[in-house]
Amino acid sequence: MEKKKFIHFCDVTLRDGSYGIMHQYTKEQVAQITKGLSQVGVKLIEVGHGDGVGGSTITYGRSLLSEEEMFRTAAENKGDAELMLVCIPGIGTMEEVTKAHANGVQWARVAVHATESDVTEQHIKQCKNIGMNVAAMLSTCHVLNLEETVMHAKRLESYGADVIYLADSCGTMFPEEVKERFTLLKEHVQVPLGFHGHNNLTMAIANSLAAAEAGADYIDGACRGMGAGAGNAQSEVLIGCLKRKQYETGVDFYQLMDLAEEVVEPVLQRPQVVRNMALVIGYVGTYGSFLLHAEKAAKKYGLDPRTIIEELGRRKMVMGQEDMIVDVAYALAQEKEQKERAAQKE
Amino acid sequence: MDKINVAIVGPGNIGSDLMYKIKRSRYLNLVLMTGIVESEGLKRAAALGIKTSTKGVEAILEDDSIRIVFEATSAPAHIQNAPVIRQAGCISIDLTPAALGPYVIPAVNMDQIDWSQEDDLNMVTCGGQATVPIIAAIQRVMPVSYGEIVASIASKAAGPGTRANIDEFTETTSKAIVKVGGAKSGKAIIVLNPADPPVMMQNTIFAEVEGVCDAEKQEEIRASIQDMVASIQQYVPGYRLKVPPIFEDNRVTTIIQVEGAGDFLPTYAGNLDIINSAAIATAERVAEKMLNR
Repeated sequence: MEKKKFIHFCDVTLRDGSYGIMHQYTKEQVAQITKGLSQVGVKLIEVGHGDGVGGSTITYGRSLLSEEEMFRTAAENKGDAELMLVCIPGIGTMEEVTKAHANGVQWARVAVHATESDVTEQHIKQCKNIGMNVAAMLSTCHVLNLEETVMHAKRLESYGADVIYLADSCGTMFPEEVKERFTLLKEHVQVPLGFHGHNNLTMAIANSLAAAEAGADYIDGACRGMGAGAGNAQSEVLIGCLKRKQYETGVDFYQLMDLAEEVVEPVLQRPQVVRNMALVIGYVGTYGSFLLHAEKAAKKYGLDPRTIIEELGRRKMVMGQEDMIVDVAYALAQEKEQKERAAQKE
Repeated sequence: MDKINVAIVGPGNIGSDLMYKIKRSRYLNLVLMTGIVESEGLKRAAALGIKTSTKGVEAILEDDSIRIVFEATSAPAHIQNAPVIRQAGCISIDLTPAALGPYVIPAVNMDQIDWSQEDDLNMVTCGGQATVPIIAAIQRVMPVSYGEIVASIASKAAGPGTRANIDEFTETTSKAIVKVGGAKSGKAIIVLNPADPPVMMQNTIFAEVEGVCDAEKQEEIRASIQDMVASIQQYVPGYRLKVPPIFEDNRVTTIIQVEGAGDFLPTYAGNLDIINSAAIATAERVAEKMLNR
């Protein structure tokens, strides 16, 4: 019988999941969820603001807890699991990463819009210098063709990344597209590979399995699928599927299900289903975390939020450009007002 | 003599654009472009009849007439070059994030600089030049407890230096929001956008003010921002208010856009245009003082 492959499962409920509740995790929730995940056998737990260190801002929404409180609380409850933070160069700085490291965070996920990989050099190298493990992530990876994917991944490897992640940040990819990328990367990159899926077209689980089959060693999920846009691959479903597919994860399937239902579900302000806006995001391939911001702006200016998402897509806005939602909404509202005025004149 | 002789160290994109801008100046006369290797930038300068050198900063020691030096290299290079520039008796206009001397943002603090004391003037960052004046404009009406800016820059307009040292951008700009803008705390974000055709440099500025921002104060803030935009347009014609102030409780949101003059760099690279234009405005002020002395 073939030896079972081990998949490193990383749970991002406390980081990507925070988008779903506008970054309002309480200290008790961080403690309970970290402890619960560690107890069911999760070895990698990602914590922090959805946009990573330095992300608690007007632009991306402020966290309820300070970074220090979040990381310390998680560190006190992590058991033998390791904590991961996210750092998006341009938003988070090494000063913040270094503080988090001192507060017990061992892994840094350095995330970057897929075409801009060279801005990660400083952060990857300095994270390595202070003794952290680095998962370098190409976000919105669907914008790269195969050749570009290899070029950018090799670049991240040359900076010293321990793991290279592809993130389908818009939840817009299909399993065959994931598979061909990982198959090719496996031939060109020596370090382990990871996949971070989003669920806008409800492909997150299928895409995660495709990545695993094509050679990914690290797969992310969030309990109840919490996360930006339509959410992430649902952790408990993912673990169940990986089990059925004969992968080892070290995570107890039933206990994780219980944790998701009893501890995480009550945190959710609304069920994580694919609502129309998230579907549009997946359909057009716009960055997922624009969702709640676009809904808010649509309300303020009396617009259809889908028109904002479509316009952001048309203008090719990327990860981190939440501030452009105001610009787009303002322009669309002006346009609407002009049309209404013209109609009145007639 | 009615112009002050100046040199540029660093014949890259920034240096080349500066060269064209200096040629238009009433007060500045470019006499030297210096780099450390033969390059397209040096060839371009030579073609315009400007003396060139590959001896780096040392070349300025060979010409006593030079009074002002534009440093268009990198932060580590400027730290090395600064003593040589001082030895030559020149004033540095530093376009790197080295920040050895005070931050200068012409529309905000040029009148407060003690020119007799300073010989190294730092131009902050492109994002700082574009956004800090708006924070300062709000701050002169009401105290700003927190200023936050997002600078969106076309990928093609962010050179290798910026890309490899992106923390220097965020940290320096954050500091300038406080030191020059007057906010009690500050945060800067930079986003590189790869869209093609490239996007124009755009900046969103958020300010949280202390006290009640009633209709009267809102009007004052609007007017103060208009005045500030007009003063910046004196040296950056492509600077414009894209979204006028939006008021929400104690928060003021403004979006500005910077279209470059297209001297050497494309017009979407407003980020490079504004820092260069600010450097020229600062150097002209220095030159004016020298000429009147």
